[in-house]
Amino acid sequence: MNDVTALEPESANSGPAPRRAKPVVELAESIVEIVSDSGEGAQRCGQSLGSVAAKSGNGVWTVEIIPAEIQPPARSVAGASGNRVRIGSRPITNGGDEADLVVAFNEQVLLGRVRAGELKAGCIVLLESMWREDRDDKIAASYAATCDQLVKAGYRVHEIPMDRECRRLVADPHRGKNMFALGMLCNIYSLDRTVAQEQIAITFRKKDRKIVESNTKLFDAGWQWAEDNLDFRFAIPAVRSQVPQLVINGNTALALGVLASGMEICAMYPITPATSVSHYLSEVFERVGGVIHQAEDEIAACTFAIGASYAGKCAVTVTSGPGYSLKQEAIGLAVMAEIPLVVINVQRGGPSTGQPTKAEQGDLLAAIYGSHGDAPKVVMAPSSIEDCFYSVITARKIAELFNTVVVILSDANLATGQQPFVRPEFRDDWLAPPVDQSAVPEGAKPYDWDAVTGLSRRFVPGQPGGMHTLTGLAHDRRSHVAYDPLLNEEGLRRRSQKLAALQKTLKLPEPFGGDSGDLLVIGWGSTKGAIEEAVGRLRAEGLKVSSLHLQFLQPTASGLKEVMARFGRVMTVESNWSDDPDDELIDADNRRYSALATMLRARYLVDVDCWTEVRGRPIKPGILADILRARLKP
Amino acid sequence: MNMTASPDPCLLRFYEEQHSLEDYQGEVPRWCTGCGDNAILTVMQRLCRDHNLRPEKTVFVSGIGCSSRLPHYMGTYGFHGIHGRALPVAEGIKMARPDLDVFVITGDGDCCSIGTAHWIHAVRYNMNLTVVLHDNHVYGLTKKQASPTSPRGLKSNTTPRGAYLDALNPLTVTLGIQNVSFVAQAVDWIPEALYEILNAAFLHKGLSFVRVIQRCSEYLPKLFDPWLHDPGRITLVTHARGLAVSDGLAKVYKNRLEHDPADIDRAREIASVEDPIPVGILYRNPEVPCYEDLRLSGGLRTAAMVRAGLEAEFDRFTVWPDEAKNLPERGGDLSDANGSDT
Repeated sequence: MNDVTALEPESANSGPAPRRAKPVVELAESIVEIVSDSGEGAQRCGQSLGSVAAKSGNGVWTVEIIPAEIQPPARSVAGASGNRVRIGSRPITNGGDEADLVVAFNEQVLLGRVRAGELKAGCIVLLESMWREDRDDKIAASYAATCDQLVKAGYRVHEIPMDRECRRLVADPHRGKNMFALGMLCNIYSLDRTVAQEQIAITFRKKDRKIVESNTKLFDAGWQWAEDNLDFRFAIPAVRSQVPQLVINGNTALALGVLASGMEICAMYPITPATSVSHYLSEVFERVGGVIHQAEDEIAACTFAIGASYAGKCAVTVTSGPGYSLKQEAIGLAVMAEIPLVVINVQRGGPSTGQPTKAEQGDLLAAIYGSHGDAPKVVMAPSSIEDCFYSVITARKIAELFNTVVVILSDANLATGQQPFVRPEFRDDWLAPPVDQSAVPEGAKPYDWDAVTGLSRRFVPGQPGGMHTLTGLAHDRRSHVAYDPLLNEEGLRRRSQKLAALQKTLKLPEPFGGDSGDLLVIGWGSTKGAIEEAVGRLRAEGLKVSSLHLQFLQPTASGLKEVMARFGRVMTVESNWSDDPDDELIDADNRRYSALATMLRARYLVDVDCWTEVRGRPIKPGILADILRARLKP
Repeated sequence: MNMTASPDPCLLRFYEEQHSLEDYQGEVPRWCTGCGDNAILTVMQRLCRDHNLRPEKTVFVSGIGCSSRLPHYMGTYGFHGIHGRALPVAEGIKMARPDLDVFVITGDGDCCSIGTAHWIHAVRYNMNLTVVLHDNHVYGLTKKQASPTSPRGLKSNTTPRGAYLDALNPLTVTLGIQNVSFVAQAVDWIPEALYEILNAAFLHKGLSFVRVIQRCSEYLPKLFDPWLHDPGRITLVTHARGLAVSDGLAKVYKNRLEHDPADIDRAREIASVEDPIPVGILYRNPEVPCYEDLRLSGGLRTAAMVRAGLEAEFDRFTVWPDEAKNLPERGGDLSDANGSDT
């Protein structure tokens, strides 16, 4: 457990700075990480810091640092749990590059972050110092050695007796150290103390009043300790928004989207990292007459939702990769029988069990082409927290209008990332209309497909005259099993036509940057913020690069080919696997491209290249900028 | 317009709502001659007529297999879905629309093999569904493979030297599940008892599970002959609160067992007997709560309600601009927005 690693020596900036009057250094932005063993509250500290900064008017993006296990061994390199908070003067759209400052409750979890390359050279480290005097000699030695190496490597290490200071106020500093750390951070970043204290009251509002008081005391102690003992202080100027803003993570946004869409039934089976959508819905859905059903398995969740949709109330099922695989046959049924259905897939690392808590965009092709046979369905991907909210409303409408399946591809990055956005204003037309119970005109058929759009009016139980038996078998317009080969082909044609009909209504997003240039970067989903930040930096250097972020992946809006034609080169940037063209055996004949690149190459006959990273973490704009810069070299 | 000539609208409505057997007939059945599914279909149509169920408010849900074709032959709404998943589909329908009468048609492969997980949990949910297990002890649609209820030694295309394992008993399994509320058994060749049992199942509030032992005339034409030809190998399970036996039936089936369907221990004992075949209502408990009643408030859901709920949630997470600082609900908490609590 006490792993001491040799660290590359960096700049020679070692030793504490001399004590002097504290200047407040103004920063445009800063990336802070708080890491601890699981259960020590680093996540809550980070979330609270993000809330306070957001309330102060700063741009904020948070990324959870989650170990795969609930209780990994204490003081382990792989066990780091916490939060990354990127705070800026202007809106922040992604987790950014390496951290500027890190608070660590032990040196092992800190090492985990160092090794993952998450800390900037010369990063400020606020490290719990209690381990130096640990009764276990090995721990004390490990701590001392790590500290020395970090200092040698150029990190600005401040050993802080957090445990000792907290012990003055509470018996068990294990619970509460996080608020001490929050106090330090609020002091360091000159954040409003009153806002922070209000935040503590909100955070612990479900708990006893005494807990709020003791946490406030811990916060004050941390604030004062930093004020008295640290020789630096920063300020990140903020502009408070003139309109109300929501501060939530992507999964909460999806859940609120379910509420706002007017859907009444959500069926799910627990799976990381999608489950918190259901946790939140379980808390609030019933208050608006909704039901969240925890089914016995993923297949039951999907078929339960299909049953509800069939009966007239479009339903949603929420899952992640492995669950999405299990639902495939049922999704095909909904496509075949033209039952509206919304499927939310909060993607994680795959294949198989993969990386449950880590972000990946590996399910795009499964979403577009999944289920056996030709099963055309709509696939959309939110690219921000705000998008998560609105995409569910849109998905429900499309599902019901086109009697089809709409898949929403979020991912672990959006699931736990948090970013303020303008509070939505409720609209009645978000909600589903009441279930149609009017009589069906005599002679009307349940699949009376329009010859052009493939659309037909669906009959739901309760409608007199509409009785028919829906089937997953090939069927004719009356829903009778079709043995005729031409009838089978007609069904396939009509279901495909619906996608074309939807496609005619889609608008291509505006490229970010310029309309033409040397390189166009195409992305989808959670990578938008990082891609646009990288593109922005390169444009500031004078490079002719732009980006385009697709919201609809199936179908794709018209005009994409024309946009691609205006650029010298086109590539996608994605968090899924693609072969490295420099690998020994990889050549033009066997190179496997990333998911979107594969799809675009096939659809548009354009030589779309790709760059991907599958490290289970959000793509860093700095790394991406370096990649793109290299690609732009003549 | 001569008003006196137009019929009273209420009378017209009443007249229209009287349904005949034809109203419940859909396509012409395409089962094999002598298939026991035909008997079950006929009884189902009679049952719908006798309760005058509105065809548009009745849904037959099935999975895949010979028996699962039944909804096509009804004149009601039907849902012929995917293999093994009839129960969760039916649960979704019932949750969304408790106003509908929902029947589930499933076979021994559909229910007891590929859909077993759903069967177990459907019994536990105890939603108000009438579930009919057409148990012919064999896979028919895929042409004679052993099913979980095939007797040991049964020769089939996948067990040419005879089935290796003892048959699964769907009755004892169902009676072992928490929240079980109605279990009965019928055979396709005693239509009167079949009708009475399915009728009691329909009237029961909760999930009623009826196993109908059914002949496959194509692949196992002689399997049930010994029982068919010897009424003594049928035990009629009777009770004032269970199956009532007509004089005609009593004359033929003399082997009778008085059993109070409230007694689950005795029900389990009876269920475990495979020869003679017990026919009747083995267990009934109308007190078990239905999942849909536990989950649905029954109240009308309005746009105003959704809006109020949504705005209240927005309030929890809103960061207000300075001028709005004095609004009552100041919220905005990232730790709330987050599922984890560490």
